[in-house]
Amino acid sequence: MSGQDALFEYLLRLGDNALILGHRLSEWCGHSPALEEDLALSNVALDLIGQTQLWLNLAGEVEGKGRDADKLAYLRDARDFRNLLLVEQPNGDFAATMARQFYFDAWHYLLLRELTGSKDGRIGEIAAKGLKEVTYHLERSRDWILRLGDGTEESHRRMQAAIDDLWMYTGEMFESDEVEQAMMREGIGADLSSLHEPWLGLMRATTDEATLTLPQPGWAQRGGKRGMHSEHLGYILADLQFLQRAYPNAVW
Amino acid sequence: MYAQMVKTGVDHVQSKEEMSPEERAFQDRVDQDIKIEPKEWMPEAYRKTLIRQISQHAHSEIIGMQPEGNWITRAPTLERKAILLAKVQDEAGHGLYLYCAAETLGVSRDELMGQLNSGKAKYSSIFNYPTLTWADIGAIGWLVDGAAIMNQVPLQRCSYGPYSRAMIRICKEESFHQRQGYDIMTKLARGTPEQKQMAQDALNRWWWPSLMMFGPSDAESVHSAQSMRWKIKINSNDELRQKFVDQTVPQAEYLGLTVPDPDLKWNAERGHYDFGAISWDEFYQVIAGNGPCNRDRLRTRVKAYEEGRWVREAADAYAAKKAARAKAKAA
Repeated sequence: MSGQDALFEYLLRLGDNALILGHRLSEWCGHSPALEEDLALSNVALDLIGQTQLWLNLAGEVEGKGRDADKLAYLRDARDFRNLLLVEQPNGDFAATMARQFYFDAWHYLLLRELTGSKDGRIGEIAAKGLKEVTYHLERSRDWILRLGDGTEESHRRMQAAIDDLWMYTGEMFESDEVEQAMMREGIGADLSSLHEPWLGLMRATTDEATLTLPQPGWAQRGGKRGMHSEHLGYILADLQFLQRAYPNAVW
Repeated sequence: MYAQMVKTGVDHVQSKEEMSPEERAFQDRVDQDIKIEPKEWMPEAYRKTLIRQISQHAHSEIIGMQPEGNWITRAPTLERKAILLAKVQDEAGHGLYLYCAAETLGVSRDELMGQLNSGKAKYSSIFNYPTLTWADIGAIGWLVDGAAIMNQVPLQRCSYGPYSRAMIRICKEESFHQRQGYDIMTKLARGTPEQKQMAQDALNRWWWPSLMMFGPSDAESVHSAQSMRWKIKINSNDELRQKFVDQTVPQAEYLGLTVPDPDLKWNAERGHYDFGAISWDEFYQVIAGNGPCNRDRLRTRVKAYEEGRWVREAADAYAAKKAARAKAKAA
């Protein structure tokens, strides 16, 4: 794999995570537990859609085949998507959405913080902009883990079930394959394994405070970043891509 | 409109002679365009009418999130998706300002939402129509928000301070929404034949329900006369509807679309467009709960509210625990 190919793949992973999680969060709009949450979840979704545009436009530029963020988002099939399995998981109840969000935000925050020092200035710039937003996302999702974990008996039960349920999708975030290793060697990407300890530290501190039990290390589901997804992604794309597929070459 | 046919509870408009000294002083302030603020004395009928009107408006914003929210996950580009999501988010914000304005009149948001969920409170008839294609998102922005603006711009000057201030904020955002809607329609009207057809179909379906939004003629209505006297209604329904038609027809022509009304004709003598008869039967059916989406809209709202109950309870419980701990620590 050439350096350019690895960079393209790397950028797709960053962009697809933001795209798919932003899409999932946007499904909540109008259906959340309170108006304040409709506003807040939409804000996070909007940040992620904005980050998607930046990462995928840069990916298209690096690829050099005339594809922009929209072409990449709307005209690839599931096997070409590179997002983590975690972010495509269904919203479930509010606890499941917040567990997914907290796992991702904590990792996203640590990753972007590393990427602000990337040798590729374009990546450093997008990471710096994203980091400001993700700092707030993390604060918010952490806060909900505390409120639901240490709220009522029901919310505690639901929150514990959610963190248990999604745990197996977190391992994939810290494993490097040849794309990430190549990017790390060139000083463009981050060392994912180095993010694991600080991430676990934040998880432990938060679940302790929330009176929850952090699951034990176990089998990790993996494959999203290499295009091996769960069945859920196909349905996301069926929604997301409907108009672009039904009316090829139309301008909207 | 977002609030339609609001009852005032009066059987005739009081003359100054019939008013108590307090009522007279109140009416004098209204006549002089002095804003009424929450702590001031106000007639009970004014307070109750305002609660009905503002909450109906708030409910319309909240229910209105559904037809447009229906296309958030299917918006055709990342930019369109972000704009639509931000728009529906604005509607949640409008609902929030309006519930807050209603709360200044001594009613809680939970009470009002309870009235909506039980089917007792009304919301605008327009949101009981389905959004079948992407062009409907354009048509709603252009026509529905356009009609709403017609009514809300004058309400910025209404007599009740908190409502007037909420309207000022809302109008700024609504006019942005309307431009976005028209922009979607422009793209479609200049697009492929299929897109143009989609735009025309959306105009066909949304035109008449948009005209119905203003409500039946209220020239003879005691309630409207009383609301106008209180300056919580500024123009008659027919005036606003005419203004809307006059503004919108040239916009449709510019898009190359046909307004679905064979009787529509410029009347040089009146300086206005004449237009055909509105099907008020349909309007009353929709208001009575028989529109294509009434049941779905309400069920979706109740489901979100009920499924969110444990989350709201947990947030309250956590806040109480936190406060108790802080208190114990301070002691």
